[in-house]
Amino acid sequence: MTTAEITATPAPLVRGRTLRRLRRNPLGVVGGVLLLIVVVAGAFAPLLAPYPPTEVHFATPFQQPATVGFALGTDDLGRDVLSRVLYGIQASLEVGLLAVLVAVVVGVPLGLLAGYWRWVDAVVSRLADLMLAFPALVLAVGLAAINGGGLANAAVALGVAQIPTMIRVVRAETLRLKESEFVLAAHTMHAGPSRILGQHILPNALSAIIVQATVIMPTAVLGEAILSFLGLGIQPPNPSLGIMLSDAQQYLFRTPWPGIFPGVALGLICLGFNLFGDALRDALDPRSGS
Amino acid sequence: MVRYTFHRLWQSALTLVLASIVVFIGVRLLPGDPATAMAGEEADPETVAAISAKLGLDEPIPVQYLTFLGNALRGDFGESVRTGTPVDEMVGATLPVTVQLAVYAMLIAVLAGMAFGVVAAVFRGRWPEWVANGFSLFALSVPTFWLGILAVLYLAVQLGWFPASGYVSPFSEPLRGLYYLTLPAVILGMTHAAVVQRQTRASMVDTLAADFVRTARAKGLSRGAVVFRYGLRNSLIVVTTIVGLQLGGLIAGAVVTERIFGLPGIGKLTLDSVFTRDYPVIQAVVLVITAAYIVINLLVDVLYTVIDPRMRVSGRAR
Repeated sequence: MTTAEITATPAPLVRGRTLRRLRRNPLGVVGGVLLLIVVVAGAFAPLLAPYPPTEVHFATPFQQPATVGFALGTDDLGRDVLSRVLYGIQASLEVGLLAVLVAVVVGVPLGLLAGYWRWVDAVVSRLADLMLAFPALVLAVGLAAINGGGLANAAVALGVAQIPTMIRVVRAETLRLKESEFVLAAHTMHAGPSRILGQHILPNALSAIIVQATVIMPTAVLGEAILSFLGLGIQPPNPSLGIMLSDAQQYLFRTPWPGIFPGVALGLICLGFNLFGDALRDALDPRSGS
Repeated sequence: MVRYTFHRLWQSALTLVLASIVVFIGVRLLPGDPATAMAGEEADPETVAAISAKLGLDEPIPVQYLTFLGNALRGDFGESVRTGTPVDEMVGATLPVTVQLAVYAMLIAVLAGMAFGVVAAVFRGRWPEWVANGFSLFALSVPTFWLGILAVLYLAVQLGWFPASGYVSPFSEPLRGLYYLTLPAVILGMTHAAVVQRQTRASMVDTLAADFVRTARAKGLSRGAVVFRYGLRNSLIVVTTIVGLQLGGLIAGAVVTERIFGLPGIGKLTLDSVFTRDYPVIQAVVLVITAAYIVINLLVDVLYTVIDPRMRVSGRAR
């Protein structure tokens, strides 16, 4: 704790040190590059995809990869696998971002309040414990069953399942920061709770929240694939990596390719977030890492 | 320690009751009226009302809940709306399959994970560590349900090493039963093996750098003895925690694994009941899964105090 940190609230994310540390971590760079590829593929799916994702070509089902016109081959209905994978990545990222949004919007304020006031903590932590009593995917399956399928419902179900962990992370950060010198200093200057929470504690808890978000993203992406695979997520004919895998399972014996590429795409998304998230955690937390 | 155990016991019981309320209300929020579903779309209102009355659906919700709770405590979860089979029989038939799968998978995860973790810590900075770390990174990033589909295709169908689907009870035919469960258990356990590997490695690296290890080495204890006598004992605490935390994921993973490998477990029952809106079955399976999860977490917490005497004083897990 230096004097600079006592007088001013440090803004942890804009530090050049974090970026320098990230760049020096080779695995983090690999993760970042993977994420860049995946995000570009998802965001520009309409431009990159040669066909609409649901367009069927009954004349050319089960095409092998690298055939003319179908770079990754076609599925049982002659739909272009490349186009479906690109749109599937888009759907995965949308679900992931929405789930993170749900977890952040609900979890962060509750975590802040629970860390700051004991009586709020008594209620919020009980509720979080209750939600944690259900395995996250069982909770998501239940919520998806109640709300029905579809991208938004799946994302909300997966995001809600992540709220208790987010509450715990933010609550722990708040408890820690509440005792730090700069918060005590703010107290002596008669700063109210909203000012202390919003201006002093939240900015300093941001790195923990962002790291947690990099954990939620791949969990939600995988969760979407699993829900859709089970028939509880995105509904056909809309493209989803999970639906593609579930479809491909029916005719894997004829051609494995429509079942391989969506899995690779899922793996790359998750690998990217895992590598980048690990590196980010090491870069933000001076205690961890070697 | 006894006081702590009682405190946790009481806490778990409370959570379980609250969870049962959540499940009960959740099931009632499911779209579709079970009485109408049973009677069929074209049934006249009297039939629907009669079925409603028979199921007790015309009672106020709190009354319905208390009836449900009272029956559930006696192991009576009613009958399946679809087949008329008593739900406790359906749960009794499917639960053992899932428990066997989960225990087998966790066993594989702990053994493989600790072995990889020890290797990574002992051979730090050399190729065995990269192999071990590479394995865990792979297992954490590759969607295991996708791996399961590919395993069925290549290992089971094309190479014929394993059965592609089906279940044989390991209690009636031990070897064949284990053989049928091996591939699903490996697939289900992989992610968890990776998590165990990471934690074992981290704790082992810490322990091996500790002063008491240096002292032990200086006194002439061999490296292997230090690793097994001090390192593993300390890792065991971490691994117990992880096993507890992972069990929820394991149960959820079983839902998917059972679907891929066609195992008649409680995960399959859950999905079937969700799709057919068989509400007595849904509330029973979700409650059973949740109860199992809560009880396991309780056991893990109490187990800490046995493994790590320091916990007995503070009375709290880290």
